[in-house]
Amino acid sequence: MIVTTSWYLVLGALLFIIGGVGLLVRRNPLIMLMCVELMLNGINLSFVAFSTALGDIGGQTVVFFVLVVAAAEVVVGLGLIVAILRRAPGSTADDLSVLKG
Amino acid sequence: MVDTIVFLVAAAICLTGAVGVILARNPVHSALMLVMTLFGIAVQFVSQEAHFLAAVQVIVYAGAIVVLFLFVIMLLGVDTAQNLEIGILPAQKWAALCFGVGSLALTGYIIMAVDNPVTGRTGLSGAIDDTANVRLLARSLFSNYVYAFELTSLLLVIAVIGAVVLARKPAKELPDEAGR
Repeated sequence: MIVTTSWYLVLGALLFIIGGVGLLVRRNPLIMLMCVELMLNGINLSFVAFSTALGDIGGQTVVFFVLVVAAAEVVVGLGLIVAILRRAPGSTADDLSVLKG
Repeated sequence: MVDTIVFLVAAAICLTGAVGVILARNPVHSALMLVMTLFGIAVQFVSQEAHFLAAVQVIVYAGAIVVLFLFVIMLLGVDTAQNLEIGILPAQKWAALCFGVGSLALTGYIIMAVDNPVTGRTGLSGAIDDTANVRLLARSLFSNYVYAFELTSLLLVIAVIGAVVLARKPAKELPDEAGR
């Protein structure tokens, strides 16, 4: 058996699906951010698979930018979570519906 | 043959970690499972000869982002076991089920329907040849994508400032903190 591009794409799709289901199921904001990371990693794997298959470095460049954006997103997201949980300890994502004003 | 074994072992590690992230009741366990997935992805990157990205994956993701998660978990003291069912909306459970089953069905259909997902047409931005991976990536990053690269530095500065502003205690609460 030879590892083809499809194998990597399927693995990336599975990671994306698991992350998406976790995002919908879990209520802890920290775990939800981790699920977003899972989804981003699934996409990164697909980008690198296409980059290798097509012989084009552009896919890997995009993954580099995705890494930077993921890092920035986690920093701001965790800052928000710290600010919220300091005010209302133990709150879940559902409790934040009070923000609707 | 070796490629297949490496792929299967790394894929099993990735999927085990991913399922562990959403099933672990303790957030610390979720973070450690996330590290497992990220290492599996790094192995997949190496087997596809994306060496720079594999190194960055380990350093940035496993080294920085997950450590940040663990810091926040410890800072907030939420490292206790949680009931997975608390406060879940009934509609959301069905939405998750529909999303999961639908996406899996779509993936399966695409595997069955599409013989070869790659057209074989190479892109215009930079061909992968015998040059070292880091050199290729750097050439692409600092020529075609230099504008986007500069913008990412701006993004990181904004993120740092935003995090500092968000995480700082409001000025009027400071006397209470000092009195404790």
